[in-house]
Amino acid sequence: MTLVIKQEKPKSTFSKIVEIISTMASRPSGLIGLIILVFHVTLAITSPLYAPHDYKAIDPSLMLQAPSSEYWFGTDSLGRDVFTRTILGGRTALTVTFFGSLIALLWGGALGIFCGLVGGKIDDVVMRIIDAFLSIPWILAMLLIVSLLGTSTIVLIPALGFFYGKGIVRVARAATHDVIAKDFIVSARARGHGNFSIIWNEILPNVRDAIMVEGAMRWSWMLLGFSSLSFLGFGVSPPTPDWGLMISNARGLMSFAYWAVLAPIFGLSSLIIGINLTADAFAKALGIDRSTKAPV
Amino acid sequence: MQQVVQEIKNLSIGFTSKKGEQISILKNISTTINKGETVGIVGESGSGKSTLALAMMGYVKHGLFTISGECIYQSNDILKMKNRELENIRGRKIAMIPQNAGQSLTPNLKIGYQIDEALRLHTNFKKEDRDVKISELLNKVRLPSPETIAKRYPHELSGGQQQRVAVAMALAGNPDLLLLDEPTTGLDVTTQAHVLELLNFIAKDTGTSMVYVSHDLGAIAQVSDRVIVMYSGEIVLDGPVRTILKNPIHPYTYGLLKSIPKLTLSGLPNSMSGSQPQPGTIKEGCSFYDRCEFAEDKCKINSPELEFVSELNTSVRCFNHKKLHKKKDEDTKSSKKVLRKLNKNEILDISSVSISYAKQKFIEQLLNKIDDTNPTVKDINIKIDKGETLALVGESGSGKSTILKSIAGLIKAKDGIIKFDKNKILSNDLKKRDANYLRAIQLIFQNPDESLNPNHTVEEIVSQPLKLYFGLSGNELKQKIIEVLKKVRLGEFYLTRYPRQLSGGEKQRVAVARAFAAKPDIILCDEVTSALDVSVQAAVLNLLQELKVDFGTTYIFVSHDLAVVKAISDRVAVLYQGRLCEIGPSESVYKFPSHPYTEVLLGAVLEPDPDIKPKLVAEDIVEEKPPEKGCSFQGRCPRLLGQICKTDVPPWQIDENGNAIRCHIKINDLKNQQISN
Amino acid sequence: MLILVLKRILLGLITLFIVSLITFVGVEVLPGDACTTYLEREAYGAALEACYKRLGLDIPAYERYVSWAIGVIQGDFGYSLSGEMKINDVLGPRVKNSLVLASASILIGIPIALLLGIITALWRDKMPDIIISTFTIFSMTIPEFISATLLILIVAIWLEWLPGIVIVPTGASISELLPNIILPVIAISMIMTAHMARMVRSSVIQVMASDYVQMAILKGVPYWKMVFKHVLPNALLPAINVVALTIAWLLGGVVVTEVVFNYPGLGRLVIESISNRDLPVVQALAIILASIYVIINLIADLLTLMLNPRLKSLQIKK
Repeated sequence: MTLVIKQEKPKSTFSKIVEIISTMASRPSGLIGLIILVFHVTLAITSPLYAPHDYKAIDPSLMLQAPSSEYWFGTDSLGRDVFTRTILGGRTALTVTFFGSLIALLWGGALGIFCGLVGGKIDDVVMRIIDAFLSIPWILAMLLIVSLLGTSTIVLIPALGFFYGKGIVRVARAATHDVIAKDFIVSARARGHGNFSIIWNEILPNVRDAIMVEGAMRWSWMLLGFSSLSFLGFGVSPPTPDWGLMISNARGLMSFAYWAVLAPIFGLSSLIIGINLTADAFAKALGIDRSTKAPV
Repeated sequence: MQQVVQEIKNLSIGFTSKKGEQISILKNISTTINKGETVGIVGESGSGKSTLALAMMGYVKHGLFTISGECIYQSNDILKMKNRELENIRGRKIAMIPQNAGQSLTPNLKIGYQIDEALRLHTNFKKEDRDVKISELLNKVRLPSPETIAKRYPHELSGGQQQRVAVAMALAGNPDLLLLDEPTTGLDVTTQAHVLELLNFIAKDTGTSMVYVSHDLGAIAQVSDRVIVMYSGEIVLDGPVRTILKNPIHPYTYGLLKSIPKLTLSGLPNSMSGSQPQPGTIKEGCSFYDRCEFAEDKCKINSPELEFVSELNTSVRCFNHKKLHKKKDEDTKSSKKVLRKLNKNEILDISSVSISYAKQKFIEQLLNKIDDTNPTVKDINIKIDKGETLALVGESGSGKSTILKSIAGLIKAKDGIIKFDKNKILSNDLKKRDANYLRAIQLIFQNPDESLNPNHTVEEIVSQPLKLYFGLSGNELKQKIIEVLKKVRLGEFYLTRYPRQLSGGEKQRVAVARAFAAKPDIILCDEVTSALDVSVQAAVLNLLQELKVDFGTTYIFVSHDLAVVKAISDRVAVLYQGRLCEIGPSESVYKFPSHPYTEVLLGAVLEPDPDIKPKLVAEDIVEEKPPEKGCSFQGRCPRLLGQICKTDVPPWQIDENGNAIRCHIKINDLKNQQISN
Repeated sequence: MLILVLKRILLGLITLFIVSLITFVGVEVLPGDACTTYLEREAYGAALEACYKRLGLDIPAYERYVSWAIGVIQGDFGYSLSGEMKINDVLGPRVKNSLVLASASILIGIPIALLLGIITALWRDKMPDIIISTFTIFSMTIPEFISATLLILIVAIWLEWLPGIVIVPTGASISELLPNIILPVIAISMIMTAHMARMVRSSVIQVMASDYVQMAILKGVPYWKMVFKHVLPNALLPAINVVALTIAWLLGGVVVTEVVFNYPGLGRLVIESISNRDLPVVQALAIILASIYVIINLIADLLTLMLNPRLKSLQIKK
């Protein structure tokens, strides 16, 4: 009996990424999410090139103009073009939250794997501290940091990264716990592999997906948190355009000029939904069910 | 003419694949269940046997649907019934006893409530009568003190007790037909024999028809009048139990019976090549074609129909079944002789090893109070010779795997010394062990799904020990991996596969390859065949035996399956509650099981032969902890001497065959008692 | 059982202790202290001295922590900087107002969430599930300040059904508050309900796939009886803890919502005290909000303990 079996080529990282993205896009919700996300990222990178007006040009004579062919989304209370400010308004948010979630992913993942692996007293103590951090409402902690250290991106990125990483610690720890009970870890230990080799070769490949999915989710929550800060006046400093701040400023006058508030609302909502749908599709493509997780 | 309870006509059940193809799990099943008859449905995992049993209750799992056919009960098609009608049949006319009673009893409801619920739904008894009935039912399934059991939650019962509760619940509605889905799988050997005996009693007592679904031909042989053999969603053989088990005229059943290790055989069973195809992969021809030793060209293109052979009163799905008619019983008993060469050369010496699982509580640590009077495993003394296969047998909780793990250094022994190669002491701390000793002792685990990293390719998996111990890399490494894979009969194209792309048998071969890649002196095998299908199990056992002959490796083989142990081992050590009961050469232990526990254990083994009945000598009580004093087996011993068994640890005695036992009764007296029984 | 309860309470207290340390050390480590940040450019000379004296900043940090902690244990948070009044007096009415808002949202949100979660699970992948699930995904992803703003725009400005901004004094009575909190409650409970409904849904789906539910069906138990007796008790038990975490997490959302509606609760106080750089009040708020978190989780733990037969019998055995 001769078996003819196709020789499978080992997959490169690149082809794996392509495969994951195509799986994500195979569902309508994933495809929509990806399109929205790509659109926003492209917009954020290229918008300064074609923004029709100067985002900070104040002109009292143009105050609160309704949408027109010149000012597509109308003007705000200082006479600035809402369209220009809207297409520029996601740049800071996207940059800060992207790098913020990257930091969250790295430190949260590393600490989580460490705690899951060592267990015992050290694990107990670390988790207690994490619990304590979790019990301070994030908004209070963030406000405190920002009000004392200022609102520059240098402060915001690590601060957000720190606060949103603690949830990743829990996920990484739980995933590591699940994995280290498995016989292949026992087998590696019995062979005499060192801790580093066990983490790198045996644990990391098996918890990586869970951590990355969690990181993607953190991104959308962090965007929500960052915009809330902006909205409260503790995020981006004027006159830099930012959706949260724009909504906050235009809110008082929305009975006269609803366009000035609806445009940034549309921008922010679509980005958050886009990231969420993408993260959901990403989780499904990797076979992870995250619907039971609390948003902490 | 016999009265028909249920008739299944041309039943096909399937699902729609991701690509939109319709894939059948059951293909054109037709059979009848007669009144008062017990029908065994046997098949490997994935053969569709459970789906068939569920369909007989009108239940089709989420994602599956009926493609065609019907299940007729009292001239109505169960599969087309409305929920309301089904509720009146399920539990009342047809009842199910599930595989895993522990997970099939609702965790938040008391046992009494769950049985009462069935009574309320399916009988007209009043409250007081129902309470009496609950006790009656629990009594019938031989549960001690029914009133207390009724007040318990499911998790407070042992596995055997849970299974009995499930039987009681099924009997509550007084059904015409009982469906049993692997009701004894996962239970200990002795418990299993007891539950089967109970089921036989109930079948006789109530006259209920039964459908007994199992992968275990031993269990099927004990309960069935008729046997249906399923393969890849089809019935391949259907006939009286003796014909099926003694003169199997389908090549699959023929091969399967040859591949089962039996107590009546010495040596290893024949193995069957390949494994059952995945649903949807066979497009034309006989689904057994790939593995069939009688296959012809026409089998590849044409699918055989089920054909009735009147002289055997059996239906068979094979073009060549006539070839098997004359092959009688003797053929199935042919088995390869095991080559045993023993050189007295001690490789491992386990002396006075005790292991305790009990974790110290914080306060006890502070007070320096350590409870070590009653460790989980105590006083293990075993010497193992080079090239020998020593088997550790016992039921769950016997500590057999614990001992294995402490040899591997994964669990720290509390007391005792393990010496390797005569005089080298193995540290009980893994980190302090010399790399060469780590290499010398390798482990193979029960379940390859757990023991192989799902994110590594076969190449990466096998490369681990080669890189670690021999520092190989590049082309040299790759050549070595290919060489090792060849040894376990896996071709080069497996290199880039992930474990999920392999069948169960192939995965276990990869695990074997990884262990042998280290060129070990000793391999510790922890239930290595129990997660595998019967037809694959023999192949893995044969592979292990061949590798041992080639490399002179020593095996320490842990298993709960006494027939498997008999086939592969040179010497057997029997454990109960973490204490050694008996140790000796396997032929003589199996021939003259001197220790009462060995006798109980061997008596409970189910042989795939309806004429060999298990002997139930002791009660099946589950003990949670070993007794603090005296003999470990005192709680269940059928030959208890008296007070001495409860106070003194029994002494070692050795007979002329080299069997050593630990018992207060003189070894010759034990033998005489057994003969007189 | 009792030991386990005490253990949980002790763990909660330890958490609070760590929180107090974190906030205290945090304020200590970050540049500037309460007086310099509060006084800003006037932070020199006599004014600064006086401020230091009043807050006791002239004594070493650990002594200050101990005396502050003792005060907190006795229910005294000290003095606020800006209003120069006792923090307790500042907090009192605010806590009440926020509690009214939060309890109204929880009371409305939890039953709706349970209902939606169970409906979506039982009609999984059918029309009711698709519609409700789409709605929940939207309402849980959109930030509170957007949904609150849209609510005001649509309900208050365009439709003119309800007042958009809460205009009651801080010390208003509950009956004065109630008519004003309709929109804020909707805004808060929308996101909370969505989160909880999703969790209940997946928990119910998990239990529906279990062996014991299949067994109940095969036993002939009628559908709704099966749902109420065999499914829900087992599905809702693990959901309790997750729900508690969600509620606690959404405290942050309450802050934002209060600002949008100008509601005189703790949330607005958070913003006010931070804008005023009134660090003693901020510290007090951190402790109070953390206590709420700890208490909610404690209640969830105790509920789980009481309802789970597995844990119950575990305790009896010991």
